[in-house]
Amino acid sequence: MLNPADLPSTFIHPETSSGPAQISIQNFNLWYGKSQALHAINLPILQHEITSFIGPSGCGKSTLLRAINRLNDLIDNVTVDGDIRVGERSVYERHLDVTSLRKRIGMVFQKSNPFPMSIYENVCYPLRVSGITSRATLEEAVETSLRSSALWDEVKDRLKRSALDLSGGQQQRLCIARAIAGNPEVLLMDEPCSALDPISTAKIEELILEMKGRFTVVIVTHSMAQASRVSDHTAFFYLGRLIEAGPTKRLFENAHCKATQDYISGRFG
Amino acid sequence: MFSFGSKQSDSQGANQAPQPAVLFKTTVRIRSRAANNATEGVPWIWVCAGALVTILLLIAGLFGVILSQGLSALWPHQVIKIQSENALVLGIPMRQEEGTDPNTNARQIRSLVYQANRDFGVNEFAFVSVERLVESERPSDVWFAERREWGPFLGRIQSTEGSGVAADVDPKTLPAMLLRGAERSKQLLDIEKGALADLNTKIEDLRLDKKSLERQLEAGAISDNEANTRFSIVESQLASVTKDHLALSTQVQELRTVDEAIKITLLADNGQTKTLPVSQILRVFQPNSLNWIDRLGIFFSRLWGFVSEEPREANTEGGVFPALFGTVAMTIIMTVFVLPVGVMTAVYMREIAKQGTLVSLVRIAVNNLAGVPSIVYGVFGVGFFCYTVGASIDQLFFQEKLPNPTFGTGGILWASLTLALLTVPVVIVSTEEALSAVPRSLREASYGCGATRMQTLWNIVLPKALPGVMTGLILAMARAVGEVAPLLMTGVVKLAPALPVDSHFPFVHLERSFMHLGFHIYDLGFQSRSTELSRPMVFASTSLLVAVVLSLNFIAIKIRSQLRKRFEGRGAF
Repeated sequence: MLNPADLPSTFIHPETSSGPAQISIQNFNLWYGKSQALHAINLPILQHEITSFIGPSGCGKSTLLRAINRLNDLIDNVTVDGDIRVGERSVYERHLDVTSLRKRIGMVFQKSNPFPMSIYENVCYPLRVSGITSRATLEEAVETSLRSSALWDEVKDRLKRSALDLSGGQQQRLCIARAIAGNPEVLLMDEPCSALDPISTAKIEELILEMKGRFTVVIVTHSMAQASRVSDHTAFFYLGRLIEAGPTKRLFENAHCKATQDYISGRFG
Repeated sequence: MFSFGSKQSDSQGANQAPQPAVLFKTTVRIRSRAANNATEGVPWIWVCAGALVTILLLIAGLFGVILSQGLSALWPHQVIKIQSENALVLGIPMRQEEGTDPNTNARQIRSLVYQANRDFGVNEFAFVSVERLVESERPSDVWFAERREWGPFLGRIQSTEGSGVAADVDPKTLPAMLLRGAERSKQLLDIEKGALADLNTKIEDLRLDKKSLERQLEAGAISDNEANTRFSIVESQLASVTKDHLALSTQVQELRTVDEAIKITLLADNGQTKTLPVSQILRVFQPNSLNWIDRLGIFFSRLWGFVSEEPREANTEGGVFPALFGTVAMTIIMTVFVLPVGVMTAVYMREIAKQGTLVSLVRIAVNNLAGVPSIVYGVFGVGFFCYTVGASIDQLFFQEKLPNPTFGTGGILWASLTLALLTVPVVIVSTEEALSAVPRSLREASYGCGATRMQTLWNIVLPKALPGVMTGLILAMARAVGEVAPLLMTGVVKLAPALPVDSHFPFVHLERSFMHLGFHIYDLGFQSRSTELSRPMVFASTSLLVAVVLSLNFIAIKIRSQLRKRFEGRGAF
């Protein structure tokens, strides 16, 4: 176990910092009330690649993910410092329309959370809240996103049925379909498989791999195996600090920091 | 377990020396079972179950008494003729009780008999001492007649039709006579309540037009010339309408004369007779020569009459339709007001306002409002709604009718608003609870899709909270339907001349006073001529009120479970 004082400063492998960054996190700090959850995070997230956040519970990886689409705004007493840019614009810009920012960023949550509506309406939701009412557009978007999330064949005959009738894995894939229905630039996934059985997990991992090249995917995961299977880049967090970020292969085979090596090899965490 | 243990020790004791360990084990088991009973709280479970059973029995008893008494009021009971030492009584036995003989001052068991025939010089109720009873019989040829006026009649029915000499009517021809009479009176009623009432409304409207013109002329809003032309128009209209009215009244008079010429004679047991138009009689039967099917037929026909007809004889007879209608209409109007106001308040407090001391204080205040006695709301309702808001509306829109108030007095709208005020805390509290129970993950999902706060609230949070809101509404309705005290001041009346909804423009008359089952019960039970006479109606009305409450609740619960089903999957949209 390491003390905060003993933590090494962030090490970012050059492969991860070169190339076009879709999201760049710059000296970002975050406090819940008086306790600091994130300490001076600096991290570029490359466009159209898959980046996973790993680290033990409470290390701030989910908090950082929620800072990207400002979902932390819903919690009272959160203060931030530093900057996160998605594309060219800062998400903490003063007059930014948060809803338009969130429309550019899809999000999938730890526990599947379909709305108590029909399957069709669930997938339509991001478009409906953007004011799209054209039936043809909606139907096309529903089909495309359900096909992308490999759910179309299973549900095409019961689009008007309640989404809550689906199985757990189907519900999570529906949530993925919903997240990508608005055609976002970024897809944030907060431990999307932690509540699923291995077969559903495999299906979703397959989906994530297919997303590569279309979206910039950021995935928070507790499973080292999952990170190594799906991600191009991995960032390791510990005690609210970013310890090391780099290509997944490098991190898993030959990490620069000892803390990273220890965590990945299961010596703590 | 004990027997098993001892058997084991016996069998082992037969083979070898008794093993103290086995005996020891047995006793330990017994002890531990007693100890388990105590620690698992078995006595407490019995106490709680006992409490539940007591309450259930009380409720069942309450419903049983109300329902049996109420339905018995509509049942065609048998008639007995009792010859006692000092009197001859013909009537329906009501109950037996212990009382004091007014002559001898001795205690006696006596039977209360309903003799009817109020207008034949007979006491409606007679006490017959059971001990001094000489003989009793059930005469099969006695008629029981329900009349439009003077209450029921018991005795013989004679007719002069055909022969010209009074003779007992043929039981077979009587129903047809009554039917023709009913048709005649229906025809009369249709004209009086239909065309004639329309003409009356028209005359009243024209009179108000005239008054309004006078007022405008006084205020100088219109010129003399214009006023004169308009006056003459109104006058000519009034003249033509009055002519129509006169013609129709004459027609009604003629019909009535024809109707009253067809008569029937009632002969009471004491020899008195009374001759009256056939159409005055609503229903006749011979209670002692009915079979079960006839009885059931009469029972259901009376039941239908009870819920569908207007009351007669100062509410002690006839139906309770206006009261039933008023109760349901008032509850619906109240719901229309209480639901949006309560839900919006709760949404503001829970979803929009910043949670802090002020919101907490408001929340406490709302909770306390739910505990304010209902009569206080009644006083507020009459002071604020009737005399302040209503009087202002009259000043602005109904000046012609002043000094007669339109909205400036009790009415169904004000009563409903008062009850809405009374029940809004319940809706607020339960809506708030329902809102706070909406899972955070659903809100996050909606925000994550780029929805605004209002979109999230409207599309996700409110629909999800709806079953909880319905729970609040059910509680509110249940409380409102049974509430009488605030209504006494805000518009309930013993007998309303017209329903709040009719065929005259604007069809819904929210300013009208109305009848209410709860008040009806109070009025029957405590304000009527004879409590003994109105007792059956009290129970019948009470049964109906309970039925209304239960069915309103049932409908709301059905809607709620439908909503729940939707939010837990299973089902199409």
